[in-house]
Amino acid sequence: MARSTPEVNGGSLADIAFLLLIFFLVTTTMDTDTGITRLLPPEPEEDQITDVKVNKRNVLVVLLNRSDLLMVGGEVMDRLALKDKTMEFFTNPLNKDNLPVMEETEIQFPPGSSSLLTPDGMWRGKVSKGVISLQNDRTTTYGAYLQVQNELVAAVNTLRNDFCRLYFDKEYDELNTANPIEEEIQAGIRKRYKMNISESDPKTIGGRN
Amino acid sequence: MSKFRKKGGKGLQTINTSSLPDIVFMLLFFFMVATTMRETEVQVKVKVPEATEVKKLEKKSLVSYIYIGRPVANVARMYGSEPLIQLNDKLVSDEGIPYATIQDFVLFEREKLTEADKNKMVMSMRIDENISMGKVDDVKQALRRAKSLIINYSARKEYRDQGRQR
Repeated sequence: MARSTPEVNGGSLADIAFLLLIFFLVTTTMDTDTGITRLLPPEPEEDQITDVKVNKRNVLVVLLNRSDLLMVGGEVMDRLALKDKTMEFFTNPLNKDNLPVMEETEIQFPPGSSSLLTPDGMWRGKVSKGVISLQNDRTTTYGAYLQVQNELVAAVNTLRNDFCRLYFDKEYDELNTANPIEEEIQAGIRKRYKMNISESDPKTIGGRN
Repeated sequence: MSKFRKKGGKGLQTINTSSLPDIVFMLLFFFMVATTMRETEVQVKVKVPEATEVKKLEKKSLVSYIYIGRPVANVARMYGSEPLIQLNDKLVSDEGIPYATIQDFVLFEREKLTEADKNKMVMSMRIDENISMGKVDDVKQALRRAKSLIINYSARKEYRDQGRQR
């Protein structure tokens, strides 16, 4: 009575799957995009006074000339020394006169998030007013420019990471921004160590082109 | 003689291939999950620099690409070998500083995003490491004018040995 159902020939299934596989191999790429995210300064308004008076000690001028030579705060420097210099500039550990003014600041963190803060989550301390001014020539190569950007970002990231590890026993990168508490912690740390890197408008540095 | 008889006479052994589709499907699913569609054909040669502080770009839908580099061989025949700018899949052939073209490009890309995402648009700058900054500065100025301020300097992850990193 029971009629046996005819069996489907599965022999060509492999061929079909191979075909699909090869299609996906050809049309897709595997590279994930990585890079350094930076914020450009907004275009100044017409009536805005562009000459903002900044205390000289609060500015570290990083120059990259057309032969990709680096000059930091008036002295020629190797690229690998820039990170330490930047970290010193942003922290001013010895309270030197020629390093930025440290301003007494209060930063609100989530209450009870760390035993090193006051119970209501307030951090009190000195925050640097320093700004790094990065200037490059039109003939500087992009590779050298990005290396310098990288060192500056590395310095700030290290400072933030150290702070985060000390207070919250966690890596700064591992803070989950989807979690509102950790998001607030991250925002607080961003205020503690600001990424104050300004890029001046392009101009010619170090001789004529 | 009977010792050697087994060898011959039985015909070819067939390998059981019934699990071959399973294996291939597995591979297929792996590639479908692990890869993304190739959207643009890059017409300029770009070798992005290395950096240690790179982060992954999270939301692909917010990202537009700006490539700057010397054109590949068959494009160079038309445009010469001077560095060119490519916006997503469109090569910019304007002479001088393409402020207007970049502005249009930003507006066009911004139109594609939802209202909430409009100010989160990321410009991924995929720039060859040997390009001079003049061209990059021009693009940056154009992006500032177009109010597209979040940029990502594309870079490969560089691993430094402990000694150099302190």
